Amino acid sequence: MNRIVVSLMLAAAMLLSPAITLAQSGPLRIEITEGVVEPMPYAVPSFVAETPEAQQYADQVSRVVAEDLTGTGLFREVPRDAHISSVTSFAAPVAFADWKAINAQALITGAVSTDGSGRVVVKFRVWDVFAGQELGQGMQFASTADGWRRLAHKVADQVYARLTGESPYFDSRVVFVSETGPKNERAKRLGIMDYDGANVQYLTSDQSIVLAPRFSPNGDRVLYTSYETGFPRVHVLTVGDVQSRILQSGDGVMSFAPRFSPDARTVIYSLTQGSNTDIWAMDIATGATRRLTSSPSIETAPSYSPDGSRIVFESDRSGTQQLYIMSAAGGEATRISFGQGRYGTPVWSPRGDLIAFTKQNAGRFHIGVMRTDGSEERLLTASFLDEGPTWAPNGRVIMFARETQGAQGASALYSVDISGRNLKRVRTPAGASDPSWGPLQ
Amino acid sequence: MNTFTKAILLVAALGASACTNPNRFGDADAGAGIDTAARDQNAIIPGSVNDPTSVAYFQQAVGDRVLFAVDQSTLTAEGRTTLDGQAQWLLVNSDYLAVIEGHADEQGTREYNLALGARRANAVMEYLVSRGVPANRLKFVSYGKERPIEICSEEACYAKNRRAVTIISAGSGLTG
Repeated sequence: MNRIVVSLMLAAAMLLSPAITLAQSGPLRIEITEGVVEPMPYAVPSFVAETPEAQQYADQVSRVVAEDLTGTGLFREVPRDAHISSVTSFAAPVAFADWKAINAQALITGAVSTDGSGRVVVKFRVWDVFAGQELGQGMQFASTADGWRRLAHKVADQVYARLTGESPYFDSRVVFVSETGPKNERAKRLGIMDYDGANVQYLTSDQSIVLAPRFSPNGDRVLYTSYETGFPRVHVLTVGDVQSRILQSGDGVMSFAPRFSPDARTVIYSLTQGSNTDIWAMDIATGATRRLTSSPSIETAPSYSPDGSRIVFESDRSGTQQLYIMSAAGGEATRISFGQGRYGTPVWSPRGDLIAFTKQNAGRFHIGVMRTDGSEERLLTASFLDEGPTWAPNGRVIMFARETQGAQGASALYSVDISGRNLKRVRTPAGASDPSWGPLQ
Repeated sequence: MNTFTKAILLVAALGASACTNPNRFGDADAGAGIDTAARDQNAIIPGSVNDPTSVAYFQQAVGDRVLFAVDQSTLTAEGRTTLDGQAQWLLVNSDYLAVIEGHADEQGTREYNLALGARRANAVMEYLVSRGVPANRLKFVSYGKERPIEICSEEACYAKNRRAVTIISAGSGLTG
């Protein structure tokens, strides 16, 4: 798979205007910590095509920027047919009064050009309309033509970061299980796509059941479980050349639920021997394995803390599935879930502050979050079957799978803010489950 | 090679495909094609359900599966009776190997259900070993909730999906 390289540079021309740094008193800032009730209105007129070949990208780039921003639920686009001004030149002064009149608090202007070698260049500026100032500095990004959507995501990431003060997540990918066919004959294969469902590619055939892919910290590899040998085994796949190999094998055992350590040197996973499922760690370079749990109960779904020092996992050692945290070296574990029902599939937030989980209670499934000591549990969703949360790179959004009830039941991906707002479906070409959100590229 | 041997080899091939193809789960039709293709009112048709050495007989007359309560892997009295029959059959038909497939219903998370299916399959395997079946003829695998046989989202379906199915296949005595 040929990935583009995005170069990031300050446009020299833009430095002619004195750089206005975003002062602490800067008025245009949206606080998302508690969830936003009233989205910030913004406008993004069609980007200016500066070369004839750029015309095919210019408007689409601005549309993807708008989809990214509006899709967060934090921002509301002022529709184009309400615009008074049009932007026909990237260098022209901004008619702030025209944008104030339609209550666009933020304005994004941009231009797209192409060079002789087939590269696409996108430049943009963000404006604080009511202050009549540029917000941060203009930037430009370049890529090969097939990477034009990534350029748009890069622009939206910059706008998001400047307006929220948070790290962004639009230029990221998701690896997932694509599903077709009825429930009793479901075919599954690994898919990889942009976070918004665009540019889907498939990484395996659907001849063997595949489950629960997990990105490496830098997105270069994917761990997953495959029945290719007839038995579930942890495999590792290199995204670049789509080559995979069995990571863990051994007669008479099953291995599944793998996840990388934050330094990508270790893989933790579940190993079933006899009736007992425990958590093991493998040094991915040497293949040396180490057993981390030894109770006769089911221990599975391990996930590292971002600093690599601890592991959250699920166990039914108390009689039902609950969440526990132990040292990354194994040993004593502390139970953190104490609410009604069963808790599984814990995933540590990239910020380190929260654990996302699947909860089953009273015949319903929920995606929820709690602090790492188990306090402040909040359920974000409820349905017949919600399962398998994964964190956006900035720890603000969770993606998960929702399966509908009944004989025609099918699975789809959804995302939701950690505030519980902005629940929405992620478009995929077929059914989809087991998402794993990769890093910001 | 006489007709009987050919038929046994054909059954063996069916058994092997049921074992290696992940999309087949010991469905009860595996031997039925032979039954209808070579129907004869009075004779024991090799490979048919009335041939006590056949896969079809194992599946239908002995019973190839046992069911479990919600989130349990304890064998029921009915299950143990079925497994007594399976053990007896496997001891008589000593050329066959078996893979026990453990399954869960859809009411559970994916990883947990994999482990739960393994518990169920292992409970069956340990019981068969306790009844004298050599452990080296047995393997188990869990499919968790990946392969329900019934697709409704009601207890009537869930009850049939919480199962362990014994898939028999030809051992070295027939293929070697």
